[in-house]
Amino acid sequence: MHRRGVGAGAIAKKKLAEAKYKERGTVLAEDQLAQHPLTGEMACRNQLKMMSKQLDMFKTNLEEFASKHKQEIRKNPEFRVQFQDMCATIGVDPLASGKGFWSEMLGVGDFYYELGVQIIEVCLALKHRNGGLITLEELHQQVLKGRGKFAQDVSQDDLIRAIKKLKALGTGFGIIPVGGTYLIQSVPAELNMDHTVVLQLAEKNGYVTVSEIKASLKWETERARQVLEHLLKEGLAWLDLQAPGEAHYWLPALFTDLYSQEITAEEAREALP
Amino acid sequence: MDRFVWTSGLLEINETLVIQQRGVRIYDGEEKIKFDAGTLLLSTHRLIWRDQKNHECCMAILLSQIVFIEEQAAGIGKSAKIVVHLHPAPPNKEPGPFQSSKNSYIKLSFKEHGQIEFYRRLSEEMTQRRWENMPVSQSLQTNRGPQPGRIRAVGIVGIERKLEEKRKETDKNISEAFEDLSKLMIKAKEMVELSKSIANKIKDKQGDITEDETIRFKSYLLSMGIANPVTRETYGSGTQYHMQLAKQLAGILQVPLEERGGIMSLTEVYCLVNRARGMELLSPEDLVNACKMLEALKLPLSGVMVIELQSHKEEEMVASALETVSEKGSLTSEEFAKLVGMSVLLAKERLLLAEKMGHLCRDDSVEGLRFYPNLFMTQS
Repeated sequence: MHRRGVGAGAIAKKKLAEAKYKERGTVLAEDQLAQHPLTGEMACRNQLKMMSKQLDMFKTNLEEFASKHKQEIRKNPEFRVQFQDMCATIGVDPLASGKGFWSEMLGVGDFYYELGVQIIEVCLALKHRNGGLITLEELHQQVLKGRGKFAQDVSQDDLIRAIKKLKALGTGFGIIPVGGTYLIQSVPAELNMDHTVVLQLAEKNGYVTVSEIKASLKWETERARQVLEHLLKEGLAWLDLQAPGEAHYWLPALFTDLYSQEITAEEAREALP
Repeated sequence: MDRFVWTSGLLEINETLVIQQRGVRIYDGEEKIKFDAGTLLLSTHRLIWRDQKNHECCMAILLSQIVFIEEQAAGIGKSAKIVVHLHPAPPNKEPGPFQSSKNSYIKLSFKEHGQIEFYRRLSEEMTQRRWENMPVSQSLQTNRGPQPGRIRAVGIVGIERKLEEKRKETDKNISEAFEDLSKLMIKAKEMVELSKSIANKIKDKQGDITEDETIRFKSYLLSMGIANPVTRETYGSGTQYHMQLAKQLAGILQVPLEERGGIMSLTEVYCLVNRARGMELLSPEDLVNACKMLEALKLPLSGVMVIELQSHKEEEMVASALETVSEKGSLTSEEFAKLVGMSVLLAKERLLLAEKMGHLCRDDSVEGLRFYPNLFMTQS
């Protein structure tokens, strides 16, 4: 569909373009496919015009879609996942801007951006306890609590998508796979591969020891100690010198009984200075 | 409700926890019973419910006893529910809360949400049937439900038919939605291709379009959610929308910035602004793009993006930080944050900057990071 000079190649391309458009049923005016040798500038300007027209058409189609299926997206998390995947496949990010069509007409934006705010508040409220590292499960529980009875339910997939968007704010949001789930990092602690691997090792029991690291990862003592000291300094790990045998390094992020602790919405908001 | 048995709630070997959810109420059929607030746990083998107020009160049913499950959406004043249809209880069942019940189903009401995720996991377990491959102790096995293929209680057949109809109806709705969505996506994809072609022309300077046209192009990209491949210095990736936003932000943030020592992280700004808006929220990228136009955006030491007041000169701030630390002898980031009224994260950044400039030095121990005035500098 690029209008370059005449020639066999150009003719073949034109035929291909026509065939493609016929297949998809998109209607293009005949003169737009006419064989005029245009300069790059004219072609560009015409393409812009074409895009503007298509955009208007698309907006109408999207409005129609929204009037029929907006509820589906709101209520059905499976549908949200499929929708996001389809967008990703074609190279479109429906959450990029609150001013985008998707956000404005389907309401997906507000849903995820608000979730982002709630995630930030929960992470800040719990930071003093877990150093800025939290399991996806606990984050999910706390966010649900904060949302209140009448708000809509959210899935873990929704949380992950919201967090991925938050990364743009440059504040050290990270998603670390451990065990069958994820740890969400909300402070810019420097965590390299070594640290991450030790976190994954600790997921089983909530703590890890130097011997365990040496046995499972085949590291030397010094390397293991350095990693553990870094985690201690960053506030992600607690040292237990009274454990039987050798020192245990506990990761509060992995404590499951933390689920039962109450944080009210007040506390969450107060955590922000 | 007579299928439940009392249990300690401890998991057996080979039995793993899949998901748990607080705030769940159990109904016997349609009737409310006294088990109104508990934690519901799903394992690979069982569904366990423990009373939140009295942890001793704990009961379970085997997943193998479940015929099927369906969702009941939330309504006004009503929580979302999962309806669980059960096989009849075997004659040798262990004791439980109810000896008999006229209902062959129970309802789980999720008063603190979590129904979506729980339903998803429960469906998965019902499909995978992991309990069949992972044998557990005898006491759990005696309660196995009837083998598939046996004749089920009559009432259940009618329910199954209703469910099948409902599934078909839902499927129809969903597939219609997907069909419409697919058509939309095809059109969207065409526009993505077109925009790439235009962007390439602009990049190769083949298309010499006006600034106006470039601005319009960027707003098209913004509307569609297409990443902007054109990196012209004048506007960055911003559009008119972002320029307007930038002006609004400058107005909104003046006072909050002053209250927080002249500096705020983008995360704080994001929360502040969106909480204030309530609706038509900003995406994180919207905020970043608007801030880039503010020229007040700076990138300090490590991975944190902030907004600073124009009046906020770095050297002044560092000098005052040094003064504060000297007054107190030494300070940690937390102590400094409290004194100055800024977030701990940014306090740390400022102290680190002061250190980099040679005004402070650190005492880094397992007890934490503490900063002291750099006497090596001043007293040599």
